Amino acid sequence: MTNQIKLNRRRFIALSVVGAGGMCLLSRCANSPLSRWRFLTEQESVLLDALVEQIIPTDEWPGARDAGVTNFIDKQLVGPYARYQETYRKGLSAIRETCKANYQKGFEELNWDEQTLFLKKMEAGKMAGPFWEKGLDRQLFGLIRNHSMQGFYGSPRHGGNKNNVSYKMLKLDYPVIIGQNRYKI
Amino acid sequence: MGNKHVNAIVVGAGAGGGIVAKELSVAGLTVVLFERGKWATYDDTDTDELISQRTTVLGNAYGPDDLRHRRVIVNADGSTKIVLPSEGGYNNNAACVGSGTVSYGAMAWRFMQEDFKLKTTYGHVEGSTLEDWPFTYEELEPCYEKAEWEIGVSGDDTQNPFAPPRRKPHPMPPFSHNKEAKLLYDAARRLGYHPFPIPMLRNSVPYGGRPACIRMRTCVGFACPVNAKCGTHNTVIPTAIETGNCELRINSIVSEINVNDQGKITGVTYFDDKNRKQTQTADLVIVSASATETARLLLNSKSRFFPNGIGNENDWVGRNLQGHAYTGARGIFEEDIYDDLGPGASVAICDFSHHNPGIMGGGMLCNEFIRMPYLFTGVRPPGEPSWGKRHKEFQRINFKRVGQVQGPYQEIPSFNARVEVDPVVKDFWGIPVVRLSGFRHEKDIEGCKLMSEKAELWLKEAGAVYTWQNVGGGKGLSGGQHQAGTCRMGNDPKTSVTDKYGRVHAVPNLFVADGSLHVSNGGFNPALTIMALGYRVGGYIASEWTKGNRFK
Repeated sequence: MTNQIKLNRRRFIALSVVGAGGMCLLSRCANSPLSRWRFLTEQESVLLDALVEQIIPTDEWPGARDAGVTNFIDKQLVGPYARYQETYRKGLSAIRETCKANYQKGFEELNWDEQTLFLKKMEAGKMAGPFWEKGLDRQLFGLIRNHSMQGFYGSPRHGGNKNNVSYKMLKLDYPVIIGQNRYKI
Repeated sequence: MGNKHVNAIVVGAGAGGGIVAKELSVAGLTVVLFERGKWATYDDTDTDELISQRTTVLGNAYGPDDLRHRRVIVNADGSTKIVLPSEGGYNNNAACVGSGTVSYGAMAWRFMQEDFKLKTTYGHVEGSTLEDWPFTYEELEPCYEKAEWEIGVSGDDTQNPFAPPRRKPHPMPPFSHNKEAKLLYDAARRLGYHPFPIPMLRNSVPYGGRPACIRMRTCVGFACPVNAKCGTHNTVIPTAIETGNCELRINSIVSEINVNDQGKITGVTYFDDKNRKQTQTADLVIVSASATETARLLLNSKSRFFPNGIGNENDWVGRNLQGHAYTGARGIFEEDIYDDLGPGASVAICDFSHHNPGIMGGGMLCNEFIRMPYLFTGVRPPGEPSWGKRHKEFQRINFKRVGQVQGPYQEIPSFNARVEVDPVVKDFWGIPVVRLSGFRHEKDIEGCKLMSEKAELWLKEAGAVYTWQNVGGGKGLSGGQHQAGTCRMGNDPKTSVTDKYGRVHAVPNLFVADGSLHVSNGGFNPALTIMALGYRVGGYIASEWTKGNRFK
């Protein structure tokens, strides 16, 4: 009896790894099968955390990082936004390489104002150099801006807006109770 | 196993098609009603803004899906781009039983008398195909009345001095105003405007065996959780099915109208719910698939009798694509003016629809529907940042303090704004997809400017401390959920696609019954007019059929 359970458990773990690996193949991701990310690499997720936090910063309310916006983007990149995988992969790499060349450190290690300036330059389409294909800066910025807003202000069912943080911030009822329309903090 | 021959095929179970199917099946004709989507429910969206019909960034909860559908957009420089249904450029209409009437905001406007005779009222507009409708408002009035009573409308036209004449009042009393609308109502009175409650295809009291509206936030863009919103899916389509004469075939996409070797229309080819190619024969075919998809089906039905597509001898199928240029203003108030009482929009004025010097047409102005958190991230005065700390603060402080007034400007029809079929790109079933090209008429922006100025003035009077305009009508392609005009009616076959009963010129047994028929699109949401046309076309066919006319 005990043996059987052990066997089953071992087999279950083996199957889980195969399963996760399979998902990984499908999504063409570059990280290990046991990563918590679906598309992003660990390194990319740290960078993206810093980027989305710039779009919606923490103040008296949690910001995009704590609201799980990176998780939202990662989840959509193997779903409806699979068409943006290449832009994210190339663009995040371009940001990393540019920071390495100009500051000898990662984007996430720059101070807040340096990060803001960097993003403003991307928004204005002023990134130059070998890492930036024409238009990639603005394109990636646009995606990060819109996807951050969606992850923060959209429904938690898509992986962002953790603990309904934006609904609480906007004093919106959540969950919506049919026939009742008030959110009480 | 082949399909049994029926009297009539209706393609598309939306605002027009649902009504035609009901009119015909009640009159005793056997009908197959095709719908490319499925039955939709509130659970398809729940409270999820990102897949609602208002935002759709992660897909359309009410269809069509991103996996199987495509369209091609032709840019200003002639380059082309493939777009998905979840992207704005697709100009999507919902693909489900009831189509847009499931998830619409449900405004129930009658067009005004002038809207049926724009050319007589305003004269020729350079660079436009502006024309009068082949009949007057008075001729369509009984059909409006039928739509209001059979589908269900709440409203009170006695408060609107610009409302066109009617024989019977609305069947249900109007809705009360929410906080924003009350402020705007009083302000409009002070300005000498004539505010009134917006007529709505929603139950203000129990009606048609369904309950009254509970004023939910999730209204426009969502199906109704309590079935208080009135569409064809919960009124005429069930009635049609109950007659025993109408079969609704869902998840079935019609690819072509079939023509025999005498050039006569014999039915349609379609792909069923298992993607198998099938044929359905019928005495009559009625196409109600929306202004883009109806044109696509006609253009895709090529044969030696119709080398350029059915009804397209004079190159008018797909022309005059119109939507509405939404234009208005927004204003920040010193206190919360938004009380989240659905569906939001409740007060309107028609003071700027017609008879305003310097512009053609115009449109109604009203307060905006419920605010959605993601959509609101794009609502900012000029110069405000679109991201960062300040953006988040604005969102938090002003989410319930921004008032919005806007309206659908009646666009001036343009021959070059058009639907074609793409020579290369095909959808999942191998059917050539819609290709959209052209622009709005350049004069649209003048009318939009006037409406935006008036909207801003109205918000200021209501107490807004900071206001800004968002002027629509710029260079770009129109269409969207209010798409219309691509198979327009007319008495002259050289400048129109159908006659005044929606019958395709020179094709005795093919009809169109949707927004494609609109000669012009009114300064109003078009749903009730599409329904009225459904009653007109369906009623005409049924009465002729009863007299023995078999449309041969």
